[in-house]
Amino acid sequence: MIDRVLGPRGPELTCEQCFEELDRYVEVEMTGGDPDAAVPGMHAHLRGCPACADDHESLVALLRAERA
Amino acid sequence: MTVVLPAPDVLDQESAEWVRTLASPLDSDAAIARLYDLLLRAARFEIHRRRGGFHDDLAYQAADDALTAILAKLDTYRGASRFTTWAYKFVLLEVGVRLRKRAWEGREIPLEGDALETRLRGRTPQGAAEMGEFLTALRDGIRSALTPHQREVLVAITLNDVPIDVLADRLGTTRGALYKTLHDARHKLRAHLAAGGFALEEESE
Ligand SMILES: [Zn+2]
Repeated sequence: MIDRVLGPRGPELTCEQCFEELDRYVEVEMTGGDPDAAVPGMHAHLRGCPACADDHESLVALLRAERA
Repeated sequence: MTVVLPAPDVLDQESAEWVRTLASPLDSDAAIARLYDLLLRAARFEIHRRRGGFHDDLAYQAADDALTAILAKLDTYRGASRFTTWAYKFVLLEVGVRLRKRAWEGREIPLEGDALETRLRGRTPQGAAEMGEFLTALRDGIRSALTPHQREVLVAITLNDVPIDVLADRLGTTRGALYKTLHDARHKLRAHLAAGGFALEEESE
């Protein structure tokens, strides 16, 4: 809860940048790469922003289902 | 760990074919129909996944709006991901926004924690005792360190679980602008707590 109120430490992307990078981030993530090195600040934003975290989860779920 | 990222402007064959056909006067009708079909299926999958019930109207609206956005932004697609992955994020966004909006339709948006303490305490597994001082400082920070707008946004999103885009809609602003407000509010709160002598540990994963 405290984390939810205080949010992530350190630099993070904006919602717009997050949407911009989401597809690339998820593909790196799903091919066993290091998404946080590929898109710095994304992980922090996903922890801090419930709506973007939702969008991230959706894309992962869809690609997983598609590849299953 | 090394990752081979697709070099921008070098598209895989399937993605290149999407871009070529969508932009071609000869093939675009068929390509757009294929794309629409893909978006619609993705929308239905996501609605089902979120147990949104059967809302095929919502799936069609999301696919319509996503298709418009994708065609308008086609020239910004650089092949950083496969074309379909890039396209999917547009339709999933549309579905997410609509489902969140629907879930909050006709509901009062709680902007202010009436009993901030109760809410803070209830949300903390440790409960009362040793959290007492910290929670008091946090509550005071929320009350005194933030502007009324910052307080409203922080309380609604982080304590009352109002989705950020639903709140943006009600306040007549955008998700990005509200997140900026939330970000600034969190920054002020952390500074307030630090000034009060509370060491904020690095969060653990
Ligand atoms: Zn966001």
